[in-house]
Amino acid sequence: MAEIIQEEKGEGKKKAKKHAPHIDMTPMVDLMCLLITFFMLTTAFNKPKIMEIILPEPQKENAPAPRISASRTLNIVLGPDNKIFTYPGTVKPEDYNNLPPLTETDYSATGIRQVLLERNVTLAKKIKDFENEVLTGKLVLTPDSVRGSIAKLKKVDDTGPIVLIKAYKKSNYGNVVDILDEMNICGIAIYMLVDITWYEEKMVETASGIAPSATALN
Amino acid sequence: MPKIKLPTKSPHIDMTPMVDLFSVVLTFLMLTATMRQTEPAPVETPTSISEKPTPDFNTMTLILSKDDRVFLNFDNGSDTAYKFRPKILAEMGKRYGVEFNEAELRQFEKYPSPMGVPILKMKEFLAAKSVKEKSVFETGIPIDSTDNQLAMWILYTRQINPNVQACIKGDSETGYPIVKEVLGILQDYKVNRFNLITNLEAVKVNIEEIKK
Repeated sequence: MAEIIQEEKGEGKKKAKKHAPHIDMTPMVDLMCLLITFFMLTTAFNKPKIMEIILPEPQKENAPAPRISASRTLNIVLGPDNKIFTYPGTVKPEDYNNLPPLTETDYSATGIRQVLLERNVTLAKKIKDFENEVLTGKLVLTPDSVRGSIAKLKKVDDTGPIVLIKAYKKSNYGNVVDILDEMNICGIAIYMLVDITWYEEKMVETASGIAPSATALN
Repeated sequence: MPKIKLPTKSPHIDMTPMVDLFSVVLTFLMLTATMRQTEPAPVETPTSISEKPTPDFNTMTLILSKDDRVFLNFDNGSDTAYKFRPKILAEMGKRYGVEFNEAELRQFEKYPSPMGVPILKMKEFLAAKSVKEKSVFETGIPIDSTDNQLAMWILYTRQINPNVQACIKGDSETGYPIVKEVLGILQDYKVNRFNLITNLEAVKVNIEEIKK
């Protein structure tokens, strides 16, 4: 009897050597596929970024409006249907019946960016040169001091335009973000988001050919 | 004709490398996963060149949807260690004469998505079981000057967590009037620094082009 048992054991061992043990991995693979799909669909890969914007404190009533030089002023009016208009300087009260024409442009790199860069060449070049020096390793600075230095360059600059951004009521949030982004790209030192005036509304309406609204009449 | 003997073995494919790869991918995804929030309204954010990541806590996010509804979210979803969500809701309830019980406060604490519900409907909203039932109440937070609940939310949020930062997440097609109104409300409550949530977009500026 003992012999028979030994024989059986021997056969079993031989079989094990012949075939490599195969585990059926199909269910496991199925499950993994499922989990991977689930995670891929629910994962937020690219974290959204933020653009910081600081608005000036609202003006107290009766306080005089800050005076800025008209020759440096560039007005950007965000129009309806993703249109964008610019005009330089200001409109004096005596010109209200004879409003200056608006120049239409667009949000592309050849549109508004070109307009802004043309007026901001000196500062944009200074910033670019500075960034190049950092990139090529001539200057070794921490990111914070790089940012600080650029801010300083912007502060001492007195040639670049002062940009006033005015959004017409039919423009959208994307337009506002685009134009603020453009300010960052072009390195504009002074820009602000201000309320649109009634004559600018009128100018936009004539330029884009829509019926004047009630507010433009008064 | 003699029968051709077919091998009885079923064809085995060696799945080990595939399983290996799957495990690696799965582990990676599990470790890096930050769950995408369910959003009550689809919002497609505009793009910018800014590379600053969104802060993870101490934020209140105002969501402006395409159809002019306003939603509010704290700390990107369910509560963090600060536990200020239920406190804000309790304050809001006191202001508008709605009393919230423990269970409701806890539910608000756990609620993972942005909410845009008038405070008087909040009880029913929290009681609703399914997403579908809840979405009925999501008409946006009222921002009219007669019933400016958003202003109150902002006020109490800033009272309870003074370090809170305002983030604005708007759809690129949201009309400007609503944006202006919301910015106005924030400025009324002395919030002058905002973070606009955008997607990253690579832009190059050529100095040679400017010279022309």
